[in-house]
Amino acid sequence: MIAQLTRNERQTALLILLAVAIGGLAMAVGGRDNLLGIHGAIAMALAIVMMFVVIGGYYAPEPTEDRTASYYDDPTKVGIIIAMVWAVIGMAVGDWVAWLLVFPDMTFDAGWASFGRLRPIHTSGVIFGFGGNALIATSFYVMQRTSRARMPDQVTPWFVLLGYNLFCIIAATGYLMGVTQSREYAEPEWYADIWLVIVWVTYFVLYLRTLARRKEPHIYVANWYYLAFILVVAMLHIVNNLAVPISLTQAKSYSLFSGVQDAMTQWWYGHNAVAFFLTAGFLGMMYYYMPKRAGRPIYSYRLSIISFWGITFFYMWAGSHHLHYTALPHWVQTLGMTFSVMLLVPSWASAGNALMTLNGAWHKVRDDATLRFMMVAAVFYGLTTFEGSFMAIRPVNALSHYTDWTVGHVHAGALGWVAMITFGAIYASVPWLWKRESMWSPRLVEVHFWLALAGTIIYVFAMWNSGIIQGLMWRTYGEGGTLAYSFVDSLIAMRPYYIARAVGGLFFLLGAAIGLYNIWMTIRSAPEAAYDMTPDEPVVAGMPAMQPGE
Amino acid sequence: MGVIERDPHTGQITTGHEWNGIKELNSPVPKVIYLFLAVTVLFAVTWWVLMPTWPLGTTYTRGLLGVDQREIVTEKVKAAAAGRDPWTRQIAAKDFKDILADASLMRTVRATGHTLFGDNCAACHGLNARGSKGFPNLTSDSWLWGGSPEAIYETIRVGINSAHPETRTAQMPAFGRDQMLPRADIDKVITYVQSLSDSAAQLAAAPDVLAAGKELFAANCASCHGEDGKGNQELGAPDLTDRLWIYGGDRQTLLDTLWAGRQGHMPTWETRLSEVDRKILALYLFDKRAKP
Repeated sequence: MIAQLTRNERQTALLILLAVAIGGLAMAVGGRDNLLGIHGAIAMALAIVMMFVVIGGYYAPEPTEDRTASYYDDPTKVGIIIAMVWAVIGMAVGDWVAWLLVFPDMTFDAGWASFGRLRPIHTSGVIFGFGGNALIATSFYVMQRTSRARMPDQVTPWFVLLGYNLFCIIAATGYLMGVTQSREYAEPEWYADIWLVIVWVTYFVLYLRTLARRKEPHIYVANWYYLAFILVVAMLHIVNNLAVPISLTQAKSYSLFSGVQDAMTQWWYGHNAVAFFLTAGFLGMMYYYMPKRAGRPIYSYRLSIISFWGITFFYMWAGSHHLHYTALPHWVQTLGMTFSVMLLVPSWASAGNALMTLNGAWHKVRDDATLRFMMVAAVFYGLTTFEGSFMAIRPVNALSHYTDWTVGHVHAGALGWVAMITFGAIYASVPWLWKRESMWSPRLVEVHFWLALAGTIIYVFAMWNSGIIQGLMWRTYGEGGTLAYSFVDSLIAMRPYYIARAVGGLFFLLGAAIGLYNIWMTIRSAPEAAYDMTPDEPVVAGMPAMQPGE
Repeated sequence: MGVIERDPHTGQITTGHEWNGIKELNSPVPKVIYLFLAVTVLFAVTWWVLMPTWPLGTTYTRGLLGVDQREIVTEKVKAAAAGRDPWTRQIAAKDFKDILADASLMRTVRATGHTLFGDNCAACHGLNARGSKGFPNLTSDSWLWGGSPEAIYETIRVGINSAHPETRTAQMPAFGRDQMLPRADIDKVITYVQSLSDSAAQLAAAPDVLAAGKELFAANCASCHGEDGKGNQELGAPDLTDRLWIYGGDRQTLLDTLWAGRQGHMPTWETRLSEVDRKILALYLFDKRAKP
């Protein structure tokens, strides 16, 4: 991989790694009495390892000029493998904590094994580790091809991918040690947050630089979504993580907001993370891989436009539906609820546009598990967005909120939509990237598909049952006007569903592990010499980028 | 630049763009989308007109219904309290004996007591009140501080070894650690204590060990647990002659108890639960034990 970098780029890489190592050293020394010091040491160690990698290839011959005639896919390849590794880790921890809810004593009396520390490893592992890496990897792939332009340089994509994973590692190890700012899906402390801002802004600029080099007069829909994902996540991340560290040598910080403003900021972030990380980004993925795999044109360009702007506009308002019946003023709740209801239209328009794209290719959906992953993802996207709008209605939320119904809803989206579209996209990309005719075992893709679907359905049904039973038990009053059930009664009632959920999760995890194995075997299998790679290349290498309207 | 084509399958024309082989159809937006949009927007606008919605500087549009969640919840809480008033008033006014005699009041005590116990006591004593290691079984007749409703009420009020100024206080001394008894003597006491509740252990023990244990017991333990080992509810000393153990009756656990002592903790509930709630809990436990 280093051989692909020019001498100049190798030097730049070394300088960046040196800067990271020095930064890590400073943290390790300054924070030696604090957990921050351990994170400094981790950053330094990883940077030094990477320096050895770069130095090891430093004197390799420089790449020839004709590399610019092809797309730069090494970061995408590595990103896909990292994403799948995170998938297995994140889902394994998820299933672990699912069993922990069945057997609450399974903590060995150790702090790291408590639910509160393991659960964010699951959520960050699957959302940021699996989802984030898959988005970064596929976005590199898609932006180059739909722009017909190679990325402007070869260091930046590595900085984005590896820098992002440094953030993920700091996050996950921090949770184990108890470093958290207690903001759901934004747990990492201030220094990790600052690092992510640097990485993320670089990512945004890299995307714009690639688009600026494009040789297509128009920007394809997938890019709109990827860009919305990158831009808005930067905005959300920065605002929600505004905090004052108690000292530059300590991990702990305090949020700039307090009370209900803090809660509102957190859920403005939280819901828009669902919107722009888990929806917009993956819609970008869907808009490229689904028509490509199906060999069909997008059903309607016009529908794409109204869906895109509808989603970006309506989602921004919806966060307050997480705070119904709280200290948040009633009027803010009304706004969150009504915009959530209107949001259903662009959401279903997107799902409809995806499914209608498959018209004329349904025989392929029947035969090809990869395309079927994407089809089922679009169906779950539609189901979940309907459920979400429904649950945002205040009286419905009165029953559903704080129950497992919410957990079920999130997993319908996360397993059914996000993970399925990602598996579809990855199974499509791996043979393209590694120049193979197909996956090592299409049969195992089929097995993965059915495990994933069965796991999702078991999970979601278990949580619907559990959530609604819980919600009803919490609000049932006896003759005397006091609550009929104690909280522990509701826990006992949930136990069978918790077992079912953990089994469903296990199915899903098994599927992901099989996927990782299959990908690994595809990479290891012999490449086909006859693989036709002509349609995948930029048309004219070195030609100046065409300006829009040219 | 691509060419505008007609898609043979749908009959729609493409937009003329192509990206890496992907084309788009120029299909019109289905009418149903507009209908759908109209319905949801109408729903939203109706809700805005009726409910508090739009911020206006320091205030907001109140909505035609004049609804406010804070007022609603305040009224609901008031109404619920009024609904409970008839029986809460009776429980507050009557003494335990009268409440126990009132079948309809006791029905409410059982229903409400179950939830109160589940939410406040079950974490230690278990949902079935049978306790677990370190936490006494409340369904037996073996009470540390007395099993009358009054005594249970008082224990709930002040707690045991709690922060309450009038707390019930009890401590099992650390005979071994604090060098009050040598290890050999502790072993003899254990043999004797086991024999109090277990006739098999009594038969198995060597008579001289038993006799020595009994002597040691009389000198060191009887002041709290009584000459007969039946305990003392004035001091919170458990009965050692029944087969109910708080920490366990096996040799190792008894050794732990005698060696390092015990000082169980029960919080005071005076500041956390109302008087009526505490009364309900006392009656609930008394009643639960009364019926097997």
